[in-house]
Amino acid sequence: MPKVKVPRKSTSVDMTAMCDVAFLLLSFFILTTKFKPTEALAVTTPKSVSTKPVDSKNMVIITMDKEGKAYLSIGDENTEQKDAILDLVSQWKSLNLTDVEKKSFRAAGAYIGVPFSQLKSFLQLTPDQLKNFKADGIPVTDTANNEMEVWMRAVNSAFQGEKMNLFVKGDNDAKYPSFKGIMTALKKNEIFKFSMITDPQGVPEGTDLWKTQQRTGGRSTDNE
Amino acid sequence: MRYGRNGYLVGWGHKKGPGVKKGKKLSTRVDLTPMVDLGFLLITFFIFTTTMSEPTAMRLFLPKDTEKPEDQNKVKASGALSIMLGKDNQIFYYAGELLPDGSNFKSATFKEIRQVIIDKKKTTNPEDFVVVIKPGPESTYKNTVDMLDEMAINEVKRYALVDIFDQELALMAASQK
Repeated sequence: MPKVKVPRKSTSVDMTAMCDVAFLLLSFFILTTKFKPTEALAVTTPKSVSTKPVDSKNMVIITMDKEGKAYLSIGDENTEQKDAILDLVSQWKSLNLTDVEKKSFRAAGAYIGVPFSQLKSFLQLTPDQLKNFKADGIPVTDTANNEMEVWMRAVNSAFQGEKMNLFVKGDNDAKYPSFKGIMTALKKNEIFKFSMITDPQGVPEGTDLWKTQQRTGGRSTDNE
Repeated sequence: MRYGRNGYLVGWGHKKGPGVKKGKKLSTRVDLTPMVDLGFLLITFFIFTTTMSEPTAMRLFLPKDTEKPEDQNKVKASGALSIMLGKDNQIFYYAGELLPDGSNFKSATFKEIRQVIIDKKKTTNPEDFVVVIKPGPESTYKNTVDMLDEMAINEVKRYALVDIFDQELALMAASQK
């Protein structure tokens, strides 16, 4: 029997198609996503089935970190309100804040996370120093001295006549009493409506909400 | 500067001998493997550094604190389901009023509580049904949000976030490990 010659094939594979796919995916990801904003405060938000996207206009965010410390930040474009808030607080608590100190709060991504007694020195920190600074947070759990209440009063008057979007962005591990302290501060200022920032999550099958969504074709889950 | 035999510029002082080899005809195929590597590297980079899903917001309406108890919404005790949140993601609940001996004080996990809510919702008059959420001092923010989420999932229209009673705290401490 004659030997069947098996042609020896080259082991190199044509990578052109693979390359095409890779760059197609790459361009897709570049175009559809946007960079994660650098966050000064690392917080892992809980998941919920809410589908309402966060409205970034006139934003006031109270952040609550792992240890339950509260921080206050105002939307980056609301510089006027930021000034007004600091002016009021400076006046009420007679802190004599200078323009330079006020300016540091005007910067993008600035937040306040210290009791009034440390506020002046906190605002003097340079961005580099701020990175390593261990802030104490705005006191909220102490019912007699809930400083968030004063801040919210200032926020309220700064945003007078404008619709303010108030968010609470809490960490999974934050203990409930801090959250309660924040709620108390809001209640005292007659703010009864706020939103909590959460990560979207699917609705479990078979539940009432799931059934409603099936009926309505998966519209908003907000119960107004 | 001078020109070589073939008419091309050969440069300064380079001698072009007679035995210069002609350039070999190279294949036009290029090995794209490094290119693919680079592509996927960039993809992974973009996947990790960018965000796709926007955070969402969950609304919460706080009730106004009223001084006089008679102004508060009257809750029919029989239609109420009280859910207490303890430490380490533990849940305690009781339907209706808490019996003096605490015999209807039961514990559950976050998985089980959904069924409890569904059962209670089915067996109660929708007008009277109300869930009272009482997060304890040891519970986390996540527990609270999960519980509020559970209200949305099960379409509980009436619910309240209420301070926990001392009696309930004591019962919780007794049943907690």
